[in-house]
Amino acid sequence: MDLNYSAEELAFRDEVRAWLRANLPQDLREKVENYAHLSKEDLLRWHRALAKNGWVAPAWPKEWGGTGWNVIQRYLFEEELGYAGAPPIIPFGVTMCAAVLLRFGSDAQKKRFLPRIYNGDDFWCQGYSEPGSGSDLASLKTKAVRQGDHYVVNGQKIWTTLAHYADWIFCLVRTDPTLEKRQEGISFLLMDMKTPGITVRPLILMDGAHEVNEVFFDDVKVPLENLVHEEGKGWTVAKYLLGYERMNTGRIGESRRQLARLKDYAAPMMANPRWRDRLTRVEVELAALEITNLRFLDRMRRTGQPPGADVSMLKIKGTEIQQALTELMMEATDPTASDPLSDAVRKRYLSTRKTTIYAGSNEIQRNIIAKMTLGL
Amino acid sequence: MNFDYNEEQQLLADSVRRYLQDKYQFEQRRKIVAGEGWSAEAWTQFAQMGLTGLPVSTEHDGFGGGAVDLMGIMEAFGEALVVEPYLPLVMAVRALERGGSVGLLPRVIDGSMKLAWAHSEKGARYDVDAVRLGAKRKGSAWTLEGEKAAVIGAPTADRLVVTARASDGVALYLVDRAKAEVKAYRTMDERLAGDVTLRGVEAQRLEGGMPLVEEVLDLATALVCAEAVGAMKFACDTTLEYLKTRKQFGVPIGAFQALQHRMVDMFISLEQARSMACLACSRADAGGDARAISSAKIKISDAARHISQEAVQLHGGMGMSEELKVSHAFRRLTVLAREFGDADHHLARFAAL
Repeated sequence: MDLNYSAEELAFRDEVRAWLRANLPQDLREKVENYAHLSKEDLLRWHRALAKNGWVAPAWPKEWGGTGWNVIQRYLFEEELGYAGAPPIIPFGVTMCAAVLLRFGSDAQKKRFLPRIYNGDDFWCQGYSEPGSGSDLASLKTKAVRQGDHYVVNGQKIWTTLAHYADWIFCLVRTDPTLEKRQEGISFLLMDMKTPGITVRPLILMDGAHEVNEVFFDDVKVPLENLVHEEGKGWTVAKYLLGYERMNTGRIGESRRQLARLKDYAAPMMANPRWRDRLTRVEVELAALEITNLRFLDRMRRTGQPPGADVSMLKIKGTEIQQALTELMMEATDPTASDPLSDAVRKRYLSTRKTTIYAGSNEIQRNIIAKMTLGL
Repeated sequence: MNFDYNEEQQLLADSVRRYLQDKYQFEQRRKIVAGEGWSAEAWTQFAQMGLTGLPVSTEHDGFGGGAVDLMGIMEAFGEALVVEPYLPLVMAVRALERGGSVGLLPRVIDGSMKLAWAHSEKGARYDVDAVRLGAKRKGSAWTLEGEKAAVIGAPTADRLVVTARASDGVALYLVDRAKAEVKAYRTMDERLAGDVTLRGVEAQRLEGGMPLVEEVLDLATALVCAEAVGAMKFACDTTLEYLKTRKQFGVPIGAFQALQHRMVDMFISLEQARSMACLACSRADAGGDARAISSAKIKISDAARHISQEAVQLHGGMGMSEELKVSHAFRRLTVLAREFGDADHHLARFAAL
């Protein structure tokens, strides 16, 4: 047993750190640290800076631009980005759509889409949830009917993050509503957001921010070549994607930065033992999460197996910690203060409530562990 | 980075587990507890497996085991709810070796010399420095006068390693247990303990003073974390098994989501606790890291409370029954959550460091 990083791993971390110090733009870092809004241009500027250095898609195969890093290096890279206050790499293209294309896409689809994802030419969003289909995703109703060389899509998606920035959307649609086993009638389609019949309407959340949307489809014509995998195999694709890169959900680097910020921001409150103990318990939970995450990575590296269902606990604990930290930060603000930072901290508290709901609610994650890991 | 036991550690832990599964099943343990409160036969086996020699340095013919080497054994002891005072022996060995008194070690290794660690006093709670038992020099010899409380293994020990305060501060002393008055009793978790009174008992002073006391306590805290992980693993395993077999309303109760989610949270607590036990034992071996060890004990205390309480609740009335091992695991975990400091104690210590 050895909990220390190897000399090579530490050298790698230092290399990432040094690069970030030199290349993470000060204005972006300040926006992230002060919980300010990041524009599409901000997100793309950072995406392209990473792409230029060859670092925007470490997990991809080398031939498409991946770095060839092992799981520990990828973890270190992501945590360093989070700790440094880098803007997030928006996952819908680089992490999600690309993973699907690399696994199920045709050669033509890979050649057409992957380089544009890598370079930040196309901004992607994810069309999964519908008004009647949240956790019960397989009940989705948006339908796609084949007519000649295209599908005609009608229906509605909801909670579509950054659809108002997106050039493309990948969608789960129902191509066969007659099948008894509803999972079998689902297909995975790519759609150009400029196609006539697609309408994006903002959904403003309780922090006042415009991040998610409703997306409506009215007789939208989608070429057959935009079908990924086979018709009716969309659920296989969706399940693959759910299991993919679940290792990133802990967001430990970011929480470590928030914790350090909080200790600094709320330093006078450490004299209050009730506050101090609450903060310390979160710090301990974060340390436990970090080691648990490393244990999973160590297991993956040794066995060469993909992560098991039990990694869902990283999402559960990671998001609980994020929420606990933002709650403490919000409580540390002077209730009478109306300066921009205090205002942003309060809004962040409101916004962070989403983390235990999105990407498979924490209750769904518990269902996954109960069924897959514990055999209940 | 590597979270595995090495081959030697794994083999030893496996052989201890095999022995316990064979000779230390719950019914056999029940007989031990109902009898003398410890098993001379089990102790002999521990010695033959090399456990009594494990914490002794190779320089003194032991195996030179550190906290990580002991971790798998402590986990196995936790799973089986072992009552024999092994950890006090480990603590006393560390004190004797660091304190420059190695004459007893050959008999420790062969199992014929049992040691206990006498530090806590009534009302001290977890304050390490609250030592009132006095040490006085008489010529070249030292004598001890005062009381120690809840000394695990005192009734069966041959020697006691005792903390005492002299004019120059707190230090460790070795005394013959036969010269002490020991009022024996059973702890809440069925271990043999004693309140110890020393009335002018002659003692040998060890080198090291308070830093050594703290080192031994940090080692023990890390090892208690590992023991608690074993007991928590048992509590989780047995509760999961119960959810799958106990039927109500015509289905196994594990079919109910309200119970599934609680079971999952127990499982997550266990994994988080295991991570922190790895941290504590690794750091204890790397020269000690009080902050890391306190952070581990905070998590272990919280997890022990969470898992033990949920294990009883999910067993329903059966969880309350003396007949089931789970209620004994509850008792052990309740004690381990507090041993060498509860969560509040370590929260304060963590913040002060």
